[in-house]
Amino acid sequence: MCRLALKTATEPFSPYSILTAMEAMQEGYDGSGLGLLLRGLEFTDFNYKIRTTYPVLSGIAHTGEALARLNSLMEKWGYKLKYTHEFDVNHSMIEAKDRNTYILRVYKTPDHWVYFDQEHIESELMATRIDLRRNGEENGGDLTVFSFWPDVAMIKEVGWPLEIGKALSLHDNRLKARVVMAQGRQNTNYGINLYACHPFFIQGIATMTNGENTAFVPIKEWLAGTHYPGYIGYQSDSEVFAHILHYVVKRLNLPLEAYKHVITPLKTEELLRHPQGDFLRGLRDVCRRLIIDGPNCVMGSLPDESCLLVMDHKKLRPATIGGKPGEWAMASEMCGVDAMIPDRDRSLDYQPMRENTIIVPPDRKEFKIWSQFEPFPLHQAA
Amino acid sequence: MVSIRTIPSTPGSLTPVDLQWVISHREDRCTLCGHCTSVCPTGAIYLTYRRQRMPKLDLLQKKRGSEYRVFTGIRQRTEVGSRCIGCGMCTAVCPNEAIGPNPNATDARVRLLMNDKGGAWTRGGRRNSPESLLDRIMFNRISMLTDPALDAGRHEFYMNTLLGRVLPPEEYLRRKATGEWIPPVREIFPFVIGSMSFGALSPNMWLGLLQGVAYCNEILGIPVVMATGEGGCPPWVLRSPYLKYIVLQIASGYFGWDEIIRAIPDMQCDPAAIEIKYGQGAKPGDGGLLMWFKVSKLIARLRGVPEGVDLPSPPVHQTLYSIEESVMKMIQTMSMAWDFRVPVYPKISGSTSAKSVLNNLVRNPYASGLLIDGVDGGTGAAYNISMDATGHPIASNLRECYLDLVAQGKQNEIPLFAAGGVGKNGNVTQNGMALIMLGASGVHIGKYIMQSAAGCLGSERNRCNVCNIGLCPKGITSQNPKLYRRLDPDQVAQRVVDTFMAIQTEMKKIMAPLGRSQSLPIGMSDAIGINDADVAERLKIRYIC
Repeated sequence: MCRLALKTATEPFSPYSILTAMEAMQEGYDGSGLGLLLRGLEFTDFNYKIRTTYPVLSGIAHTGEALARLNSLMEKWGYKLKYTHEFDVNHSMIEAKDRNTYILRVYKTPDHWVYFDQEHIESELMATRIDLRRNGEENGGDLTVFSFWPDVAMIKEVGWPLEIGKALSLHDNRLKARVVMAQGRQNTNYGINLYACHPFFIQGIATMTNGENTAFVPIKEWLAGTHYPGYIGYQSDSEVFAHILHYVVKRLNLPLEAYKHVITPLKTEELLRHPQGDFLRGLRDVCRRLIIDGPNCVMGSLPDESCLLVMDHKKLRPATIGGKPGEWAMASEMCGVDAMIPDRDRSLDYQPMRENTIIVPPDRKEFKIWSQFEPFPLHQAA
Repeated sequence: MVSIRTIPSTPGSLTPVDLQWVISHREDRCTLCGHCTSVCPTGAIYLTYRRQRMPKLDLLQKKRGSEYRVFTGIRQRTEVGSRCIGCGMCTAVCPNEAIGPNPNATDARVRLLMNDKGGAWTRGGRRNSPESLLDRIMFNRISMLTDPALDAGRHEFYMNTLLGRVLPPEEYLRRKATGEWIPPVREIFPFVIGSMSFGALSPNMWLGLLQGVAYCNEILGIPVVMATGEGGCPPWVLRSPYLKYIVLQIASGYFGWDEIIRAIPDMQCDPAAIEIKYGQGAKPGDGGLLMWFKVSKLIARLRGVPEGVDLPSPPVHQTLYSIEESVMKMIQTMSMAWDFRVPVYPKISGSTSAKSVLNNLVRNPYASGLLIDGVDGGTGAAYNISMDATGHPIASNLRECYLDLVAQGKQNEIPLFAAGGVGKNGNVTQNGMALIMLGASGVHIGKYIMQSAAGCLGSERNRCNVCNIGLCPKGITSQNPKLYRRLDPDQVAQRVVDTFMAIQTEMKKIMAPLGRSQSLPIGMSDAIGINDADVAERLKIRYIC
């Protein structure tokens, strides 16, 4: 089983502190990988605060040639490189030997994009990420691209989390973030692959999971059948969680609470008693191919820095949230929360049940416990 | 040349070893009660007087000679029309286990003479082949350590499926916001009692099925529905609150629809769905057929025809000029009759053209699903050649259609139902779940229900299979009160309930190790495998050995 840690705080913090939480939970993973997602970025060498609309490219160039190709492609597409975060890498501590450069770069978007609306910009950014990824795949996998989005950075590597953190010198405080998501273990049932590391990312939306989605294949087939360009990959059965969240929030324009109703809908007899049962039953029917199965705890974060935590319908996986105003931590084990925010009132910790969605809004004053049995905040139809 | 008539042999004469079923009779056990001869549906056995020579050797007398005894014995007829069908009713009634049919291990030459008086072989039942591809599919994606297996006995499972047109999510939200029509969707148990008409089945059988279905729904909460087949529905059912468990079928003969249409104003609830039958797996290209001896007074009244006439439905609907027109006319008319509150879907026979039908339905906003009936489907009456050699096996037909929908991203929208040979060898849940994982939203079972719930004796080794002549020895497919009184509707209902309870448990026993409980694993093709590389490639599932 994988271990998950997510911390969100008003004050940016070093991602290394999350890796110490992962270390506290190390009994639960096998060092097959680490994925980190950082949101609300702060670099000591670059003032990103005034340029938060600039997209950040995260990935790995496995050869110098791949890096050169990346540079020429980005240049060709009209992106201007504004900042390159140079990781202080100790290659001897990294298991894999084909890591030329860890990419974390800030770009300025092409000038003519000023005429594009937000949706157009978002689809262009996604297209760039997919094109780069495809380019890497076409060249023997020499270029891996995790994300290309404003204010989001991702690091994925094979090995033990703390070791990877040390190897990339994440403790040097040159890189900080307000939201950090970390997951420590790769695929259970599919091959080890960098793209298979959680968190998964699409258009600013990211999720990570500790569990297994047994309904993976029908969900994947349905998502792929929508022919949406970003619904690709699926090296891991958990990738669909991110895509479903994206589908619900971005394409159906439903509130965050709808996610839970889509992935683990209530039973018919429960919906018959629900104030918006008719609408929700219809939603369940039309989204039935997106119903997940198996044991899962899903943690996610959105572009506005709100964070989310939901459980599978049988609550077969653990998760705890705890913290204090301005600083909240979610982890798959309580010791993970302890490591991230030790000085909190533990009596206020909460372990969500099968019907709960925990939402930490961007203001981070308190977390919201929302139950599926409660009225659904939908203006349009319900 | 004049033939010699001293040897009683003609081209058409047979001996018991030429028949498919050979009666073995133990005279030492027989009490000559005559039960077997009176119960035999085809009159294949008869009591007869026989003479037997008793050789006698008396050493003290010069006179040699024999004595004869006369005894009453049971013999088997060898005429094609009264051949033994292997039903075994004689064994069932024999107080002394003295008689019974045995399958002929040598070549049953009778097969060559099933064209008496120029008539081709007709029968009921299914394709006479016990082989089943579905039986060979295994569920092999087992949750163990990477994720916990579920507890079939204690966890909650959601096993229902949807019958009805499901909108794309975006369209649903749009219509909900504007208050437009949302197509009706029924939540049903994925094993549906397939179309068997009131007429093909005896009144007692029908009543038993209906009672069982109502009990499953109202007491056990298993939302089982049953389809009527062509031939209407008894008026008391049409006006009852149980109509909601009934799928009304309209077929090319339109039998029984006067009665249905007239009952609409008095209906207490809507039917579960309307099935438009365009084809049947057992006899593609044929319409329904009810032989004259099954058209009793009651059936004649229901169907609005005279008593005792053959009722052959045409192979196509009168409205059928093109598929577009047919679908438009029939689906929309039927939808309109119930004010667009009832799902309407077509049933077709498995065919290489199934995909084109499907693609047409996808573009029709009123089509609520598609039922494909494979070559192994059963029927009450058809030509043997239609049953044995005409049609398409369900597995690849269904899979192709499902993958076609997947490619279009429409697999959530038009539910596919599969039928034809589900439970052929008794493995009903395994067969049904295999089809579901190949992409079916549910399956229809007809023959299996007759076998399981009413003790139908028919088999794919050509046992019994005389549903067409109204002589069903169990009273399941007969309209003769002397025969159907053998069947107690309450006992049928009990067996229906037993069957569905067991199916439900077996479904859990399949879903639990796969780690599935939240939704029916439709299209979960990563969970199944088969030990045949070619089949695996064709069905796009895993090859296992």
